[in-house]
Amino acid sequence: MVESVSWSDKVFSVLCEAEVKQVAYVPDAGHQRLIKLCIDYNEIKHVPLTSEQEGIALLGGAWLGGERGALLMQSSGVGNVINMLSVPNECRFPLLMIVTMRGEWAEFNPWQIPMGQAVETTLKAMGVIVLRAAEECLISETVSSASKLAFEGGRMVAVLISQRALGQKDWNK
Amino acid sequence: MSIAIPKITLARRPVVTKILESRKDELLITGLGAPTWDVASVSDHQNNFYLWGGMGGAVSTGLGLALAKPERRVLVFTGDGEMLMGLGSLATVAVQKPKNFAVIVLDNERYGETGMQKTATASGVDLSLVARGVGFHIARTIWTLDELSEATNEIYSAHGPVFYDVKVQRSDDPMVLPE
Repeated sequence: MVESVSWSDKVFSVLCEAEVKQVAYVPDAGHQRLIKLCIDYNEIKHVPLTSEQEGIALLGGAWLGGERGALLMQSSGVGNVINMLSVPNECRFPLLMIVTMRGEWAEFNPWQIPMGQAVETTLKAMGVIVLRAAEECLISETVSSASKLAFEGGRMVAVLISQRALGQKDWNK
Repeated sequence: MSIAIPKITLARRPVVTKILESRKDELLITGLGAPTWDVASVSDHQNNFYLWGGMGGAVSTGLGLALAKPERRVLVFTGDGEMLMGLGSLATVAVQKPKNFAVIVLDNERYGETGMQKTATASGVDLSLVARGVGFHIARTIWTLDELSEATNEIYSAHGPVFYDVKVQRSDDPMVLPE
């Protein structure tokens, strides 16, 4: 995913500046570069998950211990976190999620479309503030804004990175 | 010939009392339902964080805390139903290998909050084997007071992550809300 290098490096810098210490993820092709940057950086604990819902609980525990975190996932993973969002909602834990979208712009896999189309509605229904980054040049500043809303505003925030900004998935790579 | 299954003799609140008698500055996470009431009834402490929702998230919450506070011991008390909903989180813990982390499952083989329906452990699903399989340093099922005494020492001092599935009787203890 060569086209994602630039925004990934910028977002990594945003996470470092925000003093994010735990990054949890279920891999997505769109997050490939950002995950690698986190793995290679000793100051961030990287936590691969078996299911995205673990990440919501994990970052709640991190916050209890005084550390900021971020959850990286694909839009399909949003469906796995809905009830667990009750915890940060009820406890007013900050939560920063960075979601790479499928099931929208030029999607070719019909199985991705139901969850992709439901992401914004379901997150908002659980009280999450949703910010969209429709173009690559807007991604890092959107994450920076989300980070302030989360950690200074004390809110649950999701950045949805549009499939348009990421480019269509190329199965030949 | 069938394999003899040990009889459950331990009661849940005396088990929690026994374990928490040795408590000092450890950080506790409790899973929703009876484990929260058990811990609140025995040791309602400022270092407790009680979950009353987010089923399946107790171990993950404990992991985030253990990673953030590597110098402190973190104990998770949860039930078999809650643990079964978060089995994958045991694998996630095993990857991180937090040496300061202990999980205690109070396993009455039932969903206690919803009418005492059987959980998978009532049919022989072995949680400590799961924990051992993913890579916990110690993972045992506890049936007796002697085994509980040994486990209690390890909960506070053994190189983690450690896991104990404590078989407890089905009981109807009063609900105790944290202060």
